[in-house]
Amino acid sequence: MIAFLLMKLHVIVMPKRSVLDPQGVAVRNALRETGLDMVEQVRVGRFLELEFSREPDPAKLEAICRDLLSNPVIEDYVVERGG
Amino acid sequence: MKIAIIQFPGSNCDQDCLRAFCDGIKAPAAYVWHKEASLSGYDAVVLPGGFSYGDYLRCGAIARFSPIMKAVVTSAGDGMPVLGVCNGFQILCEAGLLPGALIRNRDLTFVCQPVYLRLENNGTPFTHLGRPGQILKMPVAHGEGAYFAEPDALTRLNEKGQVIFRYVDRNGTASAAANPNGSLENIAGICNQHRNVLGMMPHPDRAWDDLLGSSDGRLLFASLVETFAAR
Repeated sequence: MIAFLLMKLHVIVMPKRSVLDPQGVAVRNALRETGLDMVEQVRVGRFLELEFSREPDPAKLEAICRDLLSNPVIEDYVVERGG
Repeated sequence: MKIAIIQFPGSNCDQDCLRAFCDGIKAPAAYVWHKEASLSGYDAVVLPGGFSYGDYLRCGAIARFSPIMKAVVTSAGDGMPVLGVCNGFQILCEAGLLPGALIRNRDLTFVCQPVYLRLENNGTPFTHLGRPGQILKMPVAHGEGAYFAEPDALTRLNEKGQVIFRYVDRNGTASAAANPNGSLENIAGICNQHRNVLGMMPHPDRAWDDLLGSSDGRLLFASLVETFAAR
């Protein structure tokens, strides 16, 4: 039974604070238009759900998050264990 | 001398680039599929514009891992001239051959229009036939073309003369109004420290004949060919 359980990881990629996020600004403005006038800031990132058949090598996972799933020039990421 | 035009799945300016060389300035160029592993027999490389891998994840993020990119990185390190236009520029940044990144345009719109560029530095294999301050007209066509780099990286680019093109108005002033996408300091094109890798968002491949609205893009292709003729 346990063999059928896949290991899930969530990778959340967000634009760095120092990078202008025009998409976030557009969403914030739309939220304000719809009556949520107290919204101060919105930033739009990316959420990836990864499923593994077994535990990945942490160094390899780190490298993939850094080099492929995010661009360290403009983005930060966090990895969380999925449900 | 022979120029390689790399074709990624989703490239759509590969034909424009080939025509620019073969028809525009009568120089030999050929397609190289991204699955190839070698650039042997070629003297220069062009990464054309388009939407490689559908721009999935980030523009250029997946193309950067194509087999041919290992050869491009190695050849660039050996001094081979490499030109990245539009999506090609994005790929060069993702591959770490050029500093910084191209992010979503300031106004969120896809910009497709002619722009004026000021040649800031003619000390590259692609620009040596031009003169600094020269104004060139060619089109841009992109959704993610706003150049971004951290302040220290930007300072280094300026100090080392690696900014090659800036967006300007027709009088040559790098104004906010002349900046089509929100690029920092109106940057439209940069090169690496060794000056053999050039990335730019505007399309010289769409501006090599007056029939196309401008022939100013010829400068880049002619400069490259001249580089080899002089050797």
